[in-house]
Amino acid sequence: MTDSVSSAPAAIELDHVGYRFGTTVALDDVVASLPAGVITGLVGPDAAGKTTLIRLMAGMLKPATGHIRVGGLDPIADGGRLRAVLGYMPQRFGLYEDLSVQENLDLYADLQGVVGPERQRQYQRLLEFTALAPFTARIAGALSGGMKQKLGLACVLLGRPRILLLDEPSVGVDPISRRELWRIVSNLAGEGITVLWSTSYLDEAERCAHVLLMHAGRLAFSGRPQVLANRVTGRTWTLAEPPGGPRAALDRVRRAPAVLDAVIQGSRLRLVTRAGAGSLTVSTLGLESGTLAPVAPRLEDAFIDILGGGPSPDSSLAALLAPVTLPGATATAVIEADALTKRFGSFTATNQISFRVPQGEIFGLLGPNGAGKSTTFKMLCGLLLPTAGSARILGLDLRREATRARQRLGYMAQKFSLYTTLTVAQNLTFFSGVYGVKGAEQARKIAAMVEAFGLESHLQDAAGDLPLGYKQRLALACALMHDPAILFLDEPTSGVDPVTRREFWTHINGLVQKGVTVLITTHFMDEAEYCDRIGLVYRGELIATGTPDALKDQARGAQHPDPTMEDAFIALVERHDAAHPERAAA
Amino acid sequence: MKPLSPALRRLLALSRKESYQIVRDPSSIIIAFILPVLLLLIFGFAVNLDASSIRVGFLNQDAGREGARFAAALAGSRYIELVPARSREALATELAAGRIRGFVILPPDFSARVLRPGATAPVQVVADGSQPNTADFVASYTQGVWQTWSDQRAQDRAQPATAGIDMEPRYWYNPAAISRNYLVPGSIAIVMTIIGALLTSLVVAREWERGTMEALLSTPVTRTELLLSKILPYYVLGIAAMLVCLAVAVWVLDVPFRGSLVMLLLCTSLFLGSALGLGLLLSTTTRNQFNAAQAALNAAFLPATLLSGFVFEIASMPAPVRAVTYLIPARYFVAALQTIFQAGFVGPLLASDFLFLLLSACLFLGLTAWRTRRRLD
Repeated sequence: MTDSVSSAPAAIELDHVGYRFGTTVALDDVVASLPAGVITGLVGPDAAGKTTLIRLMAGMLKPATGHIRVGGLDPIADGGRLRAVLGYMPQRFGLYEDLSVQENLDLYADLQGVVGPERQRQYQRLLEFTALAPFTARIAGALSGGMKQKLGLACVLLGRPRILLLDEPSVGVDPISRRELWRIVSNLAGEGITVLWSTSYLDEAERCAHVLLMHAGRLAFSGRPQVLANRVTGRTWTLAEPPGGPRAALDRVRRAPAVLDAVIQGSRLRLVTRAGAGSLTVSTLGLESGTLAPVAPRLEDAFIDILGGGPSPDSSLAALLAPVTLPGATATAVIEADALTKRFGSFTATNQISFRVPQGEIFGLLGPNGAGKSTTFKMLCGLLLPTAGSARILGLDLRREATRARQRLGYMAQKFSLYTTLTVAQNLTFFSGVYGVKGAEQARKIAAMVEAFGLESHLQDAAGDLPLGYKQRLALACALMHDPAILFLDEPTSGVDPVTRREFWTHINGLVQKGVTVLITTHFMDEAEYCDRIGLVYRGELIATGTPDALKDQARGAQHPDPTMEDAFIALVERHDAAHPERAAA
Repeated sequence: MKPLSPALRRLLALSRKESYQIVRDPSSIIIAFILPVLLLLIFGFAVNLDASSIRVGFLNQDAGREGARFAAALAGSRYIELVPARSREALATELAAGRIRGFVILPPDFSARVLRPGATAPVQVVADGSQPNTADFVASYTQGVWQTWSDQRAQDRAQPATAGIDMEPRYWYNPAAISRNYLVPGSIAIVMTIIGALLTSLVVAREWERGTMEALLSTPVTRTELLLSKILPYYVLGIAAMLVCLAVAVWVLDVPFRGSLVMLLLCTSLFLGSALGLGLLLSTTTRNQFNAAQAALNAAFLPATLLSGFVFEIASMPAPVRAVTYLIPARYFVAALQTIFQAGFVGPLLASDFLFLLLSACLFLGLTAWRTRRRLD
């Protein structure tokens, strides 16, 4: 579908563009034109084809079918002329981390032929633009994620490009730097530069003038974001005070025929109804109480609508598990972090982090990459020894009884940590064996997991060849083999599509209702909404803890009458920096 | 100052970048300078320590004066501890038991044949080939003692030194033998392989892994500039490491260097050409540091160690393996190095080595240029 309202002249034309890696179709028949002088958001989950599309535009790949025109030039045939007007910033921008900021700038200035007085002018302009002037002598590897992206952008901008292709510039960037980066790029668009900004965050795309929505190698939408959101106008609601709490209500609401999609948002639920379902009442939802109110649609609602709705509301997994019973002594707090501090040389990764998680709660550590989430996590699983402070799981001190503690703990690492060359069956056998599940019990357990996660048809497939959603299921199955009382999830849904993410959370909610306690890290503001409580981690410190609603309340004001989790994060970080000016400057 | 052409400026900028990376990465410095010195010292001193005093059996079947005088000369050598024996069988037993490393037998007619002008006198030297280095010492020291003795004798009698005595050393158990003067030049070939192939196998792959290659390709950089910027800094590093090796070999290990520095630089440059070419080719093809390093280990390092004639003599290899060695650039480099160190300039000998090194440098650099693309697919 295409929005024909966009009337600005096209800067980039995609004419039935296709690309394949071997037999895998990475892009299929993409037709779109991107308006000049504005920011176009290229949005979609991992493996949707965003990077391939950008590489085709940059002349890094040759299309298998179709034609591309970038600024009127063919990226392959007119490569030389295109490079003179094009700025391309690949994912994890290619900075030389062992070179200083100035040396990186010098290199790219030389490569792009920016010399003489022009060079000094550009340096001055870009260093001011990116606020990197005080850091020119610093080695690029020692910069924060946000500063790296700004330096990358500065290197690309040295050649004064007319067209800018940015591949996931906001990955690994904290929300504050992300806003700053956006401001810089908006200014560029204001100067008439055409920008393509790719991202897996749908909320980022909402701010773009034009959106290309990709899914599974196909273009699902091209046009203004408002037009996309209009698909679901009048169909989006929040439900306050859901009966029995949000988790129990979610289970019931998703079974209502009118509901296309439902997610937890703090203490409330957010609902999208099916097209033509009409007005929504508490009783059509099958609930006895609650307060419904219409809300503005989001791009994610529209994306779910395009994908045909959320996953099945049932977690066959939860039905399978026995309720977790714990000895009474540990019932108050099953996870305890007490002034956890970890230093690597002179670098303090975490400073005095303390929190307690009672049984059956989902506790989220929220913060940008490099803030100290994973370090905290590793100390809580006994993988890292704290420099100071203590970590306890079910009352067991991880310094002394790490092995016993780990026996009660399931861990799902970032990017799933499966043996990609082993089959699904072999992975299940291996992980259950590692946790000491043996013999008939092992066979029973594997069979149950296979059934619960629908893995039967994939048993003999190599784990590496599975679709992302199945990989996630398998990783979760492996982490649950030994009936853990506590589940640790490290960035479990980063980059997956909204449907897969919802399916994952269906399972997690099911587990929590059985008494499993969940500790999760995420840099994904939306995901934080699923948690009972959140700890905000920023530069190694836990700067705030509370329920999602309580944290958002702290940011509520004239500027943000209905703050998002990201608004809350930024407000709390700014407050923290204001209170500790000496640390903010670092 | 005349402004640089854009192409030259890009090449200089990239080479400067590469040099910063080398200097700031401790592992490159360790591989380029510490490792070579260690390697040379191991080869140099391990052999030296063994050689201080070797027990050698001795059977004198000759009753004459000349035999007794030669025996005295042997016993006087500070490298040999002479163990007299009564019979050949006794010597064989001692050797098999490892109590002596070799033995020398003077035949009954030794004195008579030495005294006869223009005739030859056989001396049997048997060495324990299961320890090739030691075996070689037994042979060469005995030979050395013989040489000194016969020169001395000729001088005493105011005769020309060629007494015409025919020495026939035979190595038991292992016909191959190695000396330090072969090993040290040979180990320079190993060091050059490590720097040329192993170190550079990582550099292009690293750019792919870190995503910097994509950023470079979106600038006006050309393929030639990209390749030259990888070759030049590592070439300089390789030559610097070679000079360090040469200094250690000559001044620390007392290995004779009879050739010219120019020749040495020339043949090292040619070899570095092929090693750098191979390293970059693997790096460009795999785009993955781990795979590239594995490939370099198998394609460059192991052949250079095992099949170059550096440790294991090519002549003693089975014919099919021997045939393979002709395809290994290190073989020609080792041969050229040994010639340059030990013999100095031997035109025809070096010419063929140089020719092959030149060809393989062209082959690998050419393949790399051919495989280097300005696109990702």
